[in-house]
Amino acid sequence: MVNEDIIQEENLVYKKPRLLNDTPMHYCPGCSHAVVHKLIAEVIEEMGVEENAVGISPVGCAVFAYKYIDIDWIEAAHGRAPAIACAAKRLCPENLVFTYQGDGDVACIGTAEAIHSLNRGDNITIIFVNNAIYGMTGGQMAPTTLMGMKTVTCPYGRQADIHGYPLKLTEIAATLEGTCFVSRQAVSNVAYIRRAKAAIRKAFEYSMQGKGSCLVEIVGTCSSGWKMTPEQANQWMEDRMFAFYKLGDLKDGGSN
Amino acid sequence: MEDNNEILLMKGNEAIAHAAIRCGCDGYFGYPITPQSEVLETLAKEEPWKITGMIVVQAESELAAINMLYGGGAVGKKVMVSSSSPGIALMQEGIAYMAGAELPGLIVNVQRGGPGLGTIQPSQGDYFQATRGGGNGDYNIIVLAPASVQEMADFVDLSFELAFRYRTPVMMLSDGVIGQMMEKVVLPPMKPRRTMDEVRAECPWAAIGMKGKGKSVVTSLELMPREMEQHNLSLQKKYAEIRAKEVRFEEYMTDDADYLIVAFGSASRIAQKSIEICRSKGLRVGMLRPITLWPFPTEEIKRLCNHVKGILSVEINAGQMIEDIRLAVEGRVPVHHYGRMGGMVPGPDEIVEAVERMRV
Repeated sequence: MVNEDIIQEENLVYKKPRLLNDTPMHYCPGCSHAVVHKLIAEVIEEMGVEENAVGISPVGCAVFAYKYIDIDWIEAAHGRAPAIACAAKRLCPENLVFTYQGDGDVACIGTAEAIHSLNRGDNITIIFVNNAIYGMTGGQMAPTTLMGMKTVTCPYGRQADIHGYPLKLTEIAATLEGTCFVSRQAVSNVAYIRRAKAAIRKAFEYSMQGKGSCLVEIVGTCSSGWKMTPEQANQWMEDRMFAFYKLGDLKDGGSN
Repeated sequence: MEDNNEILLMKGNEAIAHAAIRCGCDGYFGYPITPQSEVLETLAKEEPWKITGMIVVQAESELAAINMLYGGGAVGKKVMVSSSSPGIALMQEGIAYMAGAELPGLIVNVQRGGPGLGTIQPSQGDYFQATRGGGNGDYNIIVLAPASVQEMADFVDLSFELAFRYRTPVMMLSDGVIGQMMEKVVLPPMKPRRTMDEVRAECPWAAIGMKGKGKSVVTSLELMPREMEQHNLSLQKKYAEIRAKEVRFEEYMTDDADYLIVAFGSASRIAQKSIEICRSKGLRVGMLRPITLWPFPTEEIKRLCNHVKGILSVEINAGQMIEDIRLAVEGRVPVHHYGRMGGMVPGPDEIVEAVERMRV
C-alpha cells in the first residue's frame, strides 16, 4: 500500500481548517497562539461566516495573525483594537467582528478601549491571550505577570511595593452591563482545547446575535519569555497561572 | 430635512453636523471638548441613525475616537471625527496609522489656543501640527481651511471626495471663531449613503468580509526594509500628485496690489476688512487666501512676488504659515508676520498698522 492509497477522504480523521493557510508561523515552539489561531479558523469555518468575518490584530506577538487566517483583517495600533472593532461592527452589523489581543495590548495600554467597548455592548468578541509577559519585545513584565514571577524588567520577581499587582481584566469584564459572555480557558491539553473552542464558538454566536460584547481569555504560555522548555512552561502554567487565573465561565447571559 | 435652498442661520459647528448627515456620512465619532462640542451635540439631537442610518458614537477618549475613524475607514465607510487642538494632539497616533494604511477619513479641528491645555479661545496655533504630518513617519494629509460657516458646510463633502480619491485622511482646520460664529448658510443637497454593494465596488481594499472580493488586510506594518521603502515611495508619489492637482486658494484684490496679505480661515476674514481700510487710505493691498494649507499654494505666491513689494502673513499664532510663504518667496521680497496668541484675535486696525510698517 502506498501513501496515495491511504490519503483518501474516507480515511480522514482530522484535518487542518481550510482558513488556516500554509504560511509558516513565526511563533516560538510551544507557543499557545498557534492553537488559538486554529480554533478561531475552525469556529469561523464551522459557523460558515468566513465571508463575513473581520479580525482586528494587535501589536504584540500576534501582530501577524492576518498572515495565517484567511479572512479580512485590520491591523490595529497598540491597544486600540476594540475601538476599531466598535466602528467596524456598528458600520457593518451583519459581520462577525473580533479582536485578537495579548495581555500587554488589552490589559495595559488598551484597557480603556477594551472596557468601554465591552461596556457599550458593541457586539464584538475580544480574544485575550494571557501569557503574563511581553513576548515580542523580549520578555518584559506584563500587567498580568504573577507576584514573584521574574521577567527582564522585574528580574528579582514582581513585588507589590515596586510593581503593583497583576490585573484580572476578565473578572472586571464580567461585572460590566455591556458584556454577555465572559470566559477564561486554556489550550494546553485536548480537554482544555475543546472547552476553549466551545467558548469561542459561543462568544462568536452571541456577538452575531447582537446579545452584547464577549470576552474569552486564553491562559497561555511563553516558553521563550519564561525561559522554559514548552513542557516546563505548560506545567508551570497549570501549577501557577491556573491558581490565580481560574478557568471557567465567569458570565453567561446569552442563553436567556 | 427637506431638500431646498433655504438660507439658515447657524454656528459653524452646527453646519458641519448638518452637512455630514446630508452628504451621506456613515459615522461620526467624538469626545466633548470646547469649542467644538456642538458638532456632537447637534448630531445627537438630529438622531441621523433614524434618518439616513448614520451612526454617532460618543467615544471614551480622542484616542478611541480616532481609532474608530481608522476602523470606519478600514471598512470603506465615510466617517469623521471632530475635536479641538489638545484632542487633535491625542489623535496624531491614529492619523499616522491611517496615512500608513492609506485610509480615508475626515478630521475636523476647531482650534483653540495652546500649548498644552492652553485656552478655550480661538487660535491658529495648530498649523504646523496639521501641515507637517503631525504623527510619526513621512506623510502628509490634505488640510482644508474653511473661512465661513458656508465653507464649514461645503468642505465636508469635498473632504470625503478627496479622502476617497486619494485614500488619505483629510483635515478641516477650522478655529473657535468659525466654529462658534453664526452666519447664513445654505446646506448641501441630501445625498444617500452608499450601500454595502457600492462600498464593495468602490473600495475593493476594504476589510468588510471577503464576500465577492477575496481577502483584504488593512495594515501600516511591513518589516522588510525594501518593501517598506517601496510603500513609502508610493506614498510620496501620491503626495506629489496631490501637490500637483489639489492646490486651492482664493485671491482678493491682488491684480494691482503693491502689498500682499496671506491669511487663512478666520484671520482672512479679519484681513479682508483691513484691506478695505488700507484701500480707503490709498494703499493697494490684496490678499491670497490658501484654502488648502497642504498642499500649499506655493506657485501662486511665487507668481505674485513679481509685482508685490512685500508680503504680510497674518495668522492667529506666533508665525507658522510664514515658513511656507518664505519657502515660496525664496528671498525675493520681504515677508513679515503679524499675529496674536493665547486666544487673542487681531483687530482689523492692528493689521492695517502692520501693513503700514512694511512701507518704511
